Amino acid sequence: MPKDTGIGASSKRREDVRFLTGVGNYTDDLSLHAQTHAVMVRSTVAHGRIVKIDTARAAAMPGVLAVFTGEDFAAVGGNPAGWLINSRDGTPMREPKRPVLAHGKVRHVGDAYAAIIAETYAQAKDAAQALSDDTQIEELPAIVDMKAALADASNRVHDEIPDNLCFDWGWIEDNRAAVDAAMQAAPHKVTLELTNNRLVPNAMEPRASIGEYFPGTGDYKLTTTSQNPHLTRLLIAAFVMGIPENKLQVVAPDVGGGFGSKIYHYGEEALVLAAAKRLGRPVRWTAERTESFLSDAHGRDHVTKIELGCTKEGDILAIRTETHANVGAYLSNFSTATPTFLHGTLMSGPYKVPHVYVNVKAVFTNTAPVDAYRGAGRPEATYSLERVIDMMARELGLDPFEVRRRNLLTPDQFPYQSPVGLMYDTGNYQATLDKAVELGDVAGFEARRAASAAKGKLRGMGLSTWIEACGIAPSNLVGILGSRVGLYDAATVRVNATGNISVMVGAHSHGQGHETVFAQVVAEKLGIPESSVEIVHGDTAKIPFGMGSYGSRSLAVCGSAMDRAMDKIIAKGKKIAAHMLEAAEGDISFADGKFSVAGTDKAKTFGEIAFSAYVPHNYPLETLEPGLEETAFYDPANFTYPAGAYICEVEVDPDTGRVEVASFTCADDFGNVMNPMIVEGQVHGGVGQGIGQALLENTTYDENGQLLTGSFMDYAMPRADDVPFYTVDASCATPCTHNPLGVKGCGEAGAIGSPPAVINAVIDALHRGGITHVKHIDMPVSPGRVWQAINA
Amino acid sequence: MTKVSMTVNGKAVSAEAEGRTLLSAYLREGLGLTGTHIGCDTSQCGACVVHVDGKAVKSCSVFAMDVAGSEVRTIEGMANADGSLSVLQQAFQDNHGLQCGFCTPGMVMASAALLADNPKPTEAEVRHHLEGNICRCTGYHNIVKAVLAASGQDVPAVAAE
Ligand code: FES
Ligand code: FES
Repeated sequence: MPKDTGIGASSKRREDVRFLTGVGNYTDDLSLHAQTHAVMVRSTVAHGRIVKIDTARAAAMPGVLAVFTGEDFAAVGGNPAGWLINSRDGTPMREPKRPVLAHGKVRHVGDAYAAIIAETYAQAKDAAQALSDDTQIEELPAIVDMKAALADASNRVHDEIPDNLCFDWGWIEDNRAAVDAAMQAAPHKVTLELTNNRLVPNAMEPRASIGEYFPGTGDYKLTTTSQNPHLTRLLIAAFVMGIPENKLQVVAPDVGGGFGSKIYHYGEEALVLAAAKRLGRPVRWTAERTESFLSDAHGRDHVTKIELGCTKEGDILAIRTETHANVGAYLSNFSTATPTFLHGTLMSGPYKVPHVYVNVKAVFTNTAPVDAYRGAGRPEATYSLERVIDMMARELGLDPFEVRRRNLLTPDQFPYQSPVGLMYDTGNYQATLDKAVELGDVAGFEARRAASAAKGKLRGMGLSTWIEACGIAPSNLVGILGSRVGLYDAATVRVNATGNISVMVGAHSHGQGHETVFAQVVAEKLGIPESSVEIVHGDTAKIPFGMGSYGSRSLAVCGSAMDRAMDKIIAKGKKIAAHMLEAAEGDISFADGKFSVAGTDKAKTFGEIAFSAYVPHNYPLETLEPGLEETAFYDPANFTYPAGAYICEVEVDPDTGRVEVASFTCADDFGNVMNPMIVEGQVHGGVGQGIGQALLENTTYDENGQLLTGSFMDYAMPRADDVPFYTVDASCATPCTHNPLGVKGCGEAGAIGSPPAVINAVIDALHRGGITHVKHIDMPVSPGRVWQAINA
Repeated sequence: MTKVSMTVNGKAVSAEAEGRTLLSAYLREGLGLTGTHIGCDTSQCGACVVHVDGKAVKSCSVFAMDVAGSEVRTIEGMANADGSLSVLQQAFQDNHGLQCGFCTPGMVMASAALLADNPKPTEAEVRHHLEGNICRCTGYHNIVKAVLAASGQDVPAVAAE
């Protein structure tokens, strides 16, 4: 019987009602007394020296209240990189300052160098145009291509960085010689060069920020579209503006999707705070979609050469990669961690591979900053690996399913120390592969292929067996690896006097449904109805210092903090119950919402204990404080390792090159599942984005650094008629061994596992159709690219 | 600035608008009806869909003045008279047809218009009809399922997962 409440139930989402009736509370929905409007003035050239900004005309235009330029922020700090990477030679990465507004130089199209504050949005926009016209920028040659950027030392994104190289990282550098030797000795070698296409995250809610300043107290308030309000506050306080943390409240109300792009602190957030202080009035800014394309952190953008050494039977012996990772014009907060520790550490996948070496060169270019986007580094690793393994199977004439079975780690090999630094705790990769084979009806493929052929279509099937590391931590380990922040999370469980509960969590929900799922977890453990639990998130004035939501961490890390806090509540409740029931504390047990004395029918309900804690008339006051509220910080002992097997079937039209995804099957291991409905939804969403990357999405800059795909007219987002119904399953669970809920995280899986499955299916379709000269097509496999490959 | 009047969700309303004021801005800023969302500047995303005289319209693509006197319905006017969710809204919740909720108002309004015209659409018809509405969260699976469920049809077995 499926449960209808608590852990494992598909509880309907409580947040849905406000969203379905139009009374959600997104940042741009807020309207404040005496508010003013900010419009950013953005560079129209990719690279240039700012010669002169003449603000006189714009400042005198109707309604204009203030004009800010880079000069106004020259004295404050820059937006820092959150992770220090050292190059192979031991030197630290190059870290240019990322100012609030560009100063001296503009470095990408969309780089904001000024801002107008006006009474109305239209007035600010008119003045922004005037200021743009009155600005003189000496255009410099744009640096767009990564390899050209490294080759030409005379043209620099940052004048102080001679070769546009941020770092040249080796993982694990000490193993390099051994890997080279293993590669050399391998009986067969496969080489593949591929591009992981640059993507624009495109959360449907554009970024927005509202700054307020309260002169009476000197307090600031920032309402902003953030995945992690505390981190934003910390960055503004400690690095950018120097506002003391206790004078700055950051609120991230309902947020319309993030996918990574709203992890980071952006200059507009500092701007609205500074402007609010100067004007003494609230200042609001909302991105237009075009601004989002130009200035949100983009994702992926790797150019990789991967080599695989193997036996003729298909045993993988060694893997070696060389990647150029575009970091864009400035270092976004996690841009240096994404292509390194979230990528190189995954390069052995779910396989037993004795020798692995990863080299990543991160390169500055005159393009928007690039950072984590759903999956962040792990999709790039998975794509390289799953493509090269398919290619190996093809070259050796082996079955791609069998090749994977041959190399997958087996259940008896856990815990498993990977050659690239991770310790996988649990997994059963054969089980998810078997499940995918069953659900995807691999046995029936030939009949479906024949049916497609009868319609003139080429049908192919592609597989990807993937793993990821999420719930990122532990803090002391990531500290050694260069992280400049801790990666714990926190929760406060406040039992109110009448027995209902408020839980203040560091995680932030921007579509994941925490308000529902976290309440299920609390209700289950405390034996109370879900409706008695309220989850509070997104406001630094209410929640403890947690790190927000990204990297599929919310339940694994913040959920664990919540669980620990509840342990403390139960422990205190037992003390109160022991007093009230006149029993020894050790004799009190807690189950189903009742504290009872072992072997008797004496018991107190959770509500009675809560009431007693706040009205402590019959209470052990000499030894116990009143009240029932506990906080826990949880720092994970390890990453979690979700894994799965995805099978995609495509139909290719050989005449037009058009690819249609005919079916998509996912068998995942997320450990224990708290709410199956929500987990399935997360996989659907990730797969939708992965299909988008594989078939449709591409971010294109021309040789002058102009963004050619700056709107939904030019950037192909997946739409309802581009995707099929997906088949998803999470029944092959091997619970995580090191967090109390046994959860692994499911947010990014779909986006990680799906792109290679799609591309493998396309190549398979072509080969089965006799078009065997096509070894690889870069994503997105648009009709044009497929047609050209077929006709090459 | 002129006063522009129309009927929104059954109530006569009026608010100041310039010639360039879009219906979306009129609703959000003029009337404070922020359920209608703005997701783009090129009339591509569909987050702003409302009904004007019974037809689904991207409210970012019409001027408020041009629809003066019309009957407009927004997401705020979609619940039953007693405040409970309508069949379509309930189907979205029951089928987890929304995550962040940002595309949702447009999805509901566009789907409602489809069902009014075509009470029993096929899966392909639903997907085709929603082609002008972008959702970044759901991969569309549960949105399509919700619309089919709201039409009273047995959602195909393939969608059961
Ligand atoms: S806001 Fe109207 S279509 Fe995007
Ligand atoms: S639910 Fe987030 S965009 Fe559709």
